[in-house]
Amino acid sequence: MQRAIITVVGKDTIGIIAGVCTYLAENRINILDISQTIVQGYFNMMMVVDVTTLEKPFGQMADELAVLGREKIGVQIKCQKEEIFDLMHRI
Amino acid sequence: MINISEVSETNAMIEKENLDVRTITMGISLMDCIDSDLQVLRQKIYDKIYKSAANLVKVGEEISTDYGIPIVNKRISVTPVALVGGSACHSPEDFAQIAVTLDKAAHDVGVNFLGGYSALVSKGMTKADKLLIESIPQALSETELVCSSINVGSTKTGIDMDAVRMMGRIIRETAEKTADRGSIGCAKLVVFCNAPDDNPFMAGAFHGVTEADRILNIGVSGPGVVKKALESVHGKDFETLCETVKKTAFKVTRVGQLVAKEASRRLGVPFGIIDLSLAPTPAVGDSVADILCEMGLEYAGAPGTTAALALLNDQVKKGGVMASSYVGGLSGAFIPVSEDQGMINAVNTGCLTLEKLEAMTCVCSVGLDMIAIPGDTKASTISGIIADEMAIGMINQKTTAVRLIPVIGKGVGEQVEFGGLLGYAPIMPVNPFSCEEFISRKGRIPAPVHSFKN
Repeated sequence: MQRAIITVVGKDTIGIIAGVCTYLAENRINILDISQTIVQGYFNMMMVVDVTTLEKPFGQMADELAVLGREKIGVQIKCQKEEIFDLMHRI
Repeated sequence: MINISEVSETNAMIEKENLDVRTITMGISLMDCIDSDLQVLRQKIYDKIYKSAANLVKVGEEISTDYGIPIVNKRISVTPVALVGGSACHSPEDFAQIAVTLDKAAHDVGVNFLGGYSALVSKGMTKADKLLIESIPQALSETELVCSSINVGSTKTGIDMDAVRMMGRIIRETAEKTADRGSIGCAKLVVFCNAPDDNPFMAGAFHGVTEADRILNIGVSGPGVVKKALESVHGKDFETLCETVKKTAFKVTRVGQLVAKEASRRLGVPFGIIDLSLAPTPAVGDSVADILCEMGLEYAGAPGTTAALALLNDQVKKGGVMASSYVGGLSGAFIPVSEDQGMINAVNTGCLTLEKLEAMTCVCSVGLDMIAIPGDTKASTISGIIADEMAIGMINQKTTAVRLIPVIGKGVGEQVEFGGLLGYAPIMPVNPFSCEEFISRKGRIPAPVHSFKN
């Protein structure tokens, strides 16, 4: 399994999760875990996803998500492969 | 599984604290390019570099996207050119032609810099070494991306004072040849003692003769991350301070290790080392001097600076060696003046002098780095400063380097702008008293007694 972490940060609004999940479903990306909080009106979400069945290059998907966040939803979306977090925080 | 606060911490380091991988440097051996015909040699060098590094920049960018971590520079280091060009070059102009070839290859593969226009002369100079050194002013003025380094001493061999004397003159000539561009040629020229074979950082990178055919060396960075971490332990005891630096260095280095492994896999080139250096940039918040201030100094250069830097350097290494099994290169805090806003501020306030910088180089890697001095500084004075710095390296069994920029046409109180990663620098005063007679002595300084360990 090839896992990636998606982070979504921005002002809370209607349809953030729906927008992100629709994109993921269309691109055959399976969601494994979601944690989400709202602090002082700011939406903060982390998703653990499985990109094994993704059909396009990883970089293209990450760019499309960033554009989706910036232009359609109004939030910042990042998608990074999981290893960077694992290596930094686990011995 | 990773939790949201850990993810936020990592991303805050990248987005707000300038965490990045400073460089992926591919070392390429040019030994198999050696030919007695200069044009054949140049073609072989170009082909080998192009073939080896064609995908370096692309792969660097892909890794950067996949993990969301900026990889600022992609660079190449090659076998010291004095060794490669010895049989083909009969004049300094011949060597300068190799520099032009290296520059073209570097441009064509899209790297930021190419290092290795170098000679290793710690005990003596061959004819080729002398020709290469003589060609440096021309080579650096006619190329853009080529960096040059000369190793003039080591703990095992002592210091070649003939080379030191020569380098004082060569630095001046390089400054004069590039006077129209703020004497920028000197920013690409380093004089070393105990130069490491696997340094990924410029301008001193070269691919040592002890290395494999091709190798990837990674330089990490992150002064901003260390400073931010130290803000949370303001006023605490030294143990807490050290723990915090160590933990941060561990995290930074693990990112470097990840990038190193991935780059090695995708390029099919073996991984060499990670260089654990705190390398600042002119960006606000990416400064080693600011870490020293966070520890409790008013400015870098105040009493206590050498102790604070020694502590920082040691803890960075202690954290870093836990994170990667192959640590090498320079590995220590860099204290360049022009590339670090906190250092520039310290110089401008009069807190930081050349003499204090010299003391600081005793406890951290590199040495007198990116220091602009008046354009009328004599060659013998530059050689004297080099000799002092080399002596520190030789006696303390560490790498030291000198990258001085005599800015032609400018004096103390003025400043010079280099742009980009090289930043800008205020011109620092130099001790005006003469060392002419000392420097004009011929020969070499013998190796210190502690080199006889065998």
